[in-house]
Amino acid sequence: MVDASLKRPLSFDVNGKTVNVDVAPMARLLDVLREDLHLTGAKEGCGEGECGACAVIVDDKLVNSCLIPALQARGASVRTIEGVAKGDVLHDVQKAFLTWGGAQCGICTPGMVLAAVSLLEKNPKPTEQDVRVALAGNLCRCTGYMKIFESVLKACETAMARESASEAAR
Amino acid sequence: MKNRLIGTSVPRKEAFDKVTGRARYVDDVSFPGMIYGTTVRSKVARGRLRGIALGPGIPWDEFVVVTAKDIPGINAIHLINDDQPCLADGVINHPEEPVVLLAHPDKHLLEKARQAVVLDIDELPAVHSIEDALAKTAVVWGEDNIFKRYTIEKGDIAEAFANADVILEGHYETGAQEQLYIENNGVIASYSEEAGVTIWGSLQCPYYIQKALIPLFGVGPERARVIQLETGGGFGGKEEYPSMIASHAALLAKKAGVPVKIIYDRAEDMAATTKRHPSRTVVRAAVMRDGTVVGLDIDFAIDGGAYSTLSQVVLSRGLIHAAGPYSCPNVHILGRAVATNSPPHGAFRGFGAPQSIFALERHLDEIGKYLGIAPDEIRRRNFVKPGQTLATGQVVRDDVDMNVLLDRALEAAGWGDKKARFAVENREEGSVKRGIGLATFLHGTGFTGSGEKFLASIVGVEATADGHVRVLAASTEIGQGTNTIFAQIAGDALGVDYDVIQVGQPDTAFVPNSGPTVASRTCTIVGKLVETAALGLRQTLLGSGLLEEPYSSEQFVKACSAYVARSGELRAYAEYKQPPYIKWDEDTFKGDAYGAYSWAVYVASVKVDTLTYEATVEDFVALQEVGKVIHPTLAAGQIEGGVAQGIGWALYENVVWKNGRMANDRMTDYIMPTSVDLPPIRALFAESPYSYGPSGAKGIGELPMDGPGPAIVNAILDAVGIGIPRIPATPEVVMEAYLANTSVTRVCRATEVARG
Amino acid sequence: MRAHVASYDLVQPGSLREVLTLLAREPGVYRPLAGGTDVMVVYAGGKLAHTKFVDVHGLRELRGIVVTDDAVTLGALTTYTDVQAEPTLGREFPMMGQAASETGGWAIQNRGTLGGNIANASPAADSPPALLAYDASVELTSTRGARWVSYATYHTGYKTTVRAEDELVTRVRIPRIAPGAQGSRVHMFRKVGPRKAQAISKVSFAACVDVDGTRITSARVALGGVAPVVLRVVATEGALVGADVTTLDVAAIGATLSREVTPIDDIRSTARYRRRVAENLFVELTRKLKAHVGLGSQAR
Ligand SMILES: Cc1cc2nc3c(=O)[nH]c(=O)nc-3n(C[C@H](O)[C@H](O)[C@H](O)COP(=O)(O)OP(=O)(O)OC[C@H]3O[C@@H](n4cnc5c(N)ncnc54)[C@H](O)[C@@H]3O)c2cc1C
Ligand code: FES
Ligand code: FES
Repeated sequence: MVDASLKRPLSFDVNGKTVNVDVAPMARLLDVLREDLHLTGAKEGCGEGECGACAVIVDDKLVNSCLIPALQARGASVRTIEGVAKGDVLHDVQKAFLTWGGAQCGICTPGMVLAAVSLLEKNPKPTEQDVRVALAGNLCRCTGYMKIFESVLKACETAMARESASEAAR
Repeated sequence: MKNRLIGTSVPRKEAFDKVTGRARYVDDVSFPGMIYGTTVRSKVARGRLRGIALGPGIPWDEFVVVTAKDIPGINAIHLINDDQPCLADGVINHPEEPVVLLAHPDKHLLEKARQAVVLDIDELPAVHSIEDALAKTAVVWGEDNIFKRYTIEKGDIAEAFANADVILEGHYETGAQEQLYIENNGVIASYSEEAGVTIWGSLQCPYYIQKALIPLFGVGPERARVIQLETGGGFGGKEEYPSMIASHAALLAKKAGVPVKIIYDRAEDMAATTKRHPSRTVVRAAVMRDGTVVGLDIDFAIDGGAYSTLSQVVLSRGLIHAAGPYSCPNVHILGRAVATNSPPHGAFRGFGAPQSIFALERHLDEIGKYLGIAPDEIRRRNFVKPGQTLATGQVVRDDVDMNVLLDRALEAAGWGDKKARFAVENREEGSVKRGIGLATFLHGTGFTGSGEKFLASIVGVEATADGHVRVLAASTEIGQGTNTIFAQIAGDALGVDYDVIQVGQPDTAFVPNSGPTVASRTCTIVGKLVETAALGLRQTLLGSGLLEEPYSSEQFVKACSAYVARSGELRAYAEYKQPPYIKWDEDTFKGDAYGAYSWAVYVASVKVDTLTYEATVEDFVALQEVGKVIHPTLAAGQIEGGVAQGIGWALYENVVWKNGRMANDRMTDYIMPTSVDLPPIRALFAESPYSYGPSGAKGIGELPMDGPGPAIVNAILDAVGIGIPRIPATPEVVMEAYLANTSVTRVCRATEVARG
Repeated sequence: MRAHVASYDLVQPGSLREVLTLLAREPGVYRPLAGGTDVMVVYAGGKLAHTKFVDVHGLRELRGIVVTDDAVTLGALTTYTDVQAEPTLGREFPMMGQAASETGGWAIQNRGTLGGNIANASPAADSPPALLAYDASVELTSTRGARWVSYATYHTGYKTTVRAEDELVTRVRIPRIAPGAQGSRVHMFRKVGPRKAQAISKVSFAACVDVDGTRITSARVALGGVAPVVLRVVATEGALVGADVTTLDVAAIGATLSREVTPIDDIRSTARYRRRVAENLFVELTRKLKAHVGLGSQAR
């Protein structure tokens, strides 16, 4: 038996801020985010890596926070859904989900949005097939995914339109 | 009243919170002093509970322990028959029966303690299938294992069978299906002597829970309050079950003296909570050589699990939809809901209709195949027309022409081209074969028969001090768009902007009982009440002299807040009144089963890989006539989501039972479709307004569950000539049918009627 | 989450040497934890009997892909995302990328490691059949030194391997063939799971066959999900090697393969299904071979 009081200090960046917490050695990143840091945007849908509701971005990679011992995030930079909008200014992906029906009950939405953000950071011009593949680890029971694909593709259009507008302005 | 909001895709009310992660679901909420609760379950399918022992290694004195003895009132989860105990007391009827409740501040220790409770149970013989229940291999409920039996009779079935050219009989089965909302069931309960019980939770029907808490605690309604928090999907799975988990949390909270949170993990939610009723249907059809179905004799049975819960209501909807959108003049339908020793099956989108529709729509293709009549053609020969009657004798009043819908859907799906192309390609050597299939069906809006009259739902609207209007209803937002649609309806009734309307949090202390959020009734039935109440509020305001027509949104808001400042409050209510033409006889199942129906034609294109026996849907067209589309994006989203669940039910979602318990109780092993498994789902609408719905709207929520199963399996028949009698048609099922070369005569027995 | 968190420990020595020393000091007490995609699932289910873990995820020594003239060598921490990004693998060992792209979803591919997949030794794992078909070797390292073992001899039984408790999987090596020989090589990978992503295989099939003219000069055929271990069907391979593609006795060799596999019924599928699909995939391989030598049509 390990002594439960033997918590370990942990420091990492969350949404651009450094946080310090003491965690049980095998505490999951998901629980540390939700319970210690009160960032409840990441949800637990399955606890076994299957649903993606707990997805966050760690060092620019989409991961399932239920599968990561928090200690493995030492020194990492973690992005959660709470860090995607700048204050009340929504990310293109969030705006598109809001407009195009990408969120119904909303429980999968934080993970979905992060998966989409992660995709667009790697591939700003995805095809629908690219979107499907990138989101395959995020289960949604409400939408049948169609409106989610549409939202992600609309977000790309918006981003591209803005880019070409700013090109033109130069 | 002019529609400015209705018919447009305004932004979803609560979407901002959802896309930013700010929306608060029950597991995101905690209260000072709150501790956690858990449930010790029986693990045995049937038996007698001899004793409960708290095993070693656990500091039990730190725990709150609740058993049946701690229940202050009646030990039952109140619903229809009240046969389901809240906590097992002596008798065990399924392997997930709750027996002991535990609470502790440390949820990890709690889990350890749960595993340390030892139940001493003498096992009794159990029943695990519809056939065994009907054969009474053991009697596990009542005298004959039958929760409920209903029949529908129309015309003269004996004569029809005597005079038909051929009689075709088919046996069909559908499996259980897990709702698999991504947010598991969860509640928080608090208790105090003064306030009684308060529940916060993930739920569809706040007043169901209140009604369950009242007898359990022996309190009045003022001391049983239920508040819905943001809810991460329901699909029926949070209709009746939350009464159970809320009761448990409340019992723990009472004994603990602090708030208690119970959140199921995925395995518990899957194994212990409700699923879609498994079904088996025998369809005997008396058919003329030209494809006219002159007689239908249907034996429909569903597995209700261990307690009666909602099974009789599921049965009745299944029964009423069993004869489909056809005019068949002679019908006999026997429906039985039986008891088995699995956790009770319950509400799930479609509510019995998908099961019976699967059988009939499959059978029609088998009949067509036998007679050499194409699937579309055999349906055309049997469609009901306005003025004709459905199985219950209900005269069709909807202005619907199924032939027109069928033409449009076939055109959208490229039916003719695909048929021709697949016929050529399938003769080639490759392992992939393609097919196209369809299903035509209807789905009744709202509660069955006089259900809505008994519910007598009430909706309120009130003005806030700052001049906004708030809708007060117990109808819950569970992802389907209640908040948004109510705001559109109220906004148009009042002639104000979308932002003027707010939707109050469903809280039994503040909102009237607008009935449960089920049966595709929220938009049509409750929405109509929202409209009526809003019109009432507007009338009051116009009559008060504070507002004159025409007015702007700003003027309306000013007038509202002036009224509230002057008179303290401004509220208007509306209560449901049944359309005058509805006549329903509950005993004979004759009459107007529903005020209106939505009508649909679904077409699936499927490929079957004969190396792996995997069937994959490549294209899906879902066309429905729904009265009026209130919100195009939400409506399409409902259809697409429902079709996705239907595809899951048809091909992937297989509950593996082991002694009454779901053995594959993990998302890894219970397979719902991912983003790469689904075809483009093309939702198309036709509108023929229903005068008792808001702006003509009829129900759409459940409808999309009905069509995919039969359309897909019919497409498999088209692709490989194999008639599959059961879903899910997993690759294993397809393989067995393929190897046995299941042909129409195997699935479906044909008897030529000899003529003297 | 059914684990009693306080009962578990995770230590994080900073270097390979320290990890190996810890494993050597108390063999079997600490178990490695890499991407966690296997371990954490069992943990959350409350079924992780082992309670002490040593983090290897941070070990730089276990990362990186090195391409030399005769081999591609992958660090144990190579993720499925890394595999898909490596151009040499894509060109010469396409089944590695296929297996990786069909493993879990993106979030799993970003975390799950080849070393973890190999060490976990699930008979349903997806990369192992490809590794067997490519005749890979695995490097096992302890304080006693490093040794290379042929992957074909690595798995010894259901979830048992030749790896000793004080050893880590450190590298995986896949031998390359002469650039000119690539054209005469046929690769066939097929994962058959319950759905197209996030799926545990019911059957997986990987074959790497070299053909000279119409004669088969070498054949490695491996399957997952049909035996207690990921399996090379050596008798089937034996029947293929030396045979002429144009005159293959497909039925007889298929029967050999059918005798070599020993699938079971479980909650995910049936033995009948697994066997049948394995047979069918073999037939598909022979079709591919025929198409390769210009006979018959490529299956759609
Ligand atoms: C949702 C989901 C989907 C998945 N889908 C697939 C799939 O499609 N196909 C598939 O094959 N797998 C799949 N997996 C399983 C898993 O992702 C893989 O097996 C992965 O490669 C494991 O790597 P890891 O680093 O995460 O292992 P870990 O969980 O860290 O470790 C797994 C085991 O290996 C041991 N170990 C790890 N690294 C080493 C080392 N270097 N030396 C010695 N021992 C070591 C550990 O002690 C442990 O016993 C899936 C898992 C999840 C959660
Ligand atoms: S909760 Fe982490 S993937 Fe489902
Ligand atoms: S919106 Fe409900 S699960 Fe995706």
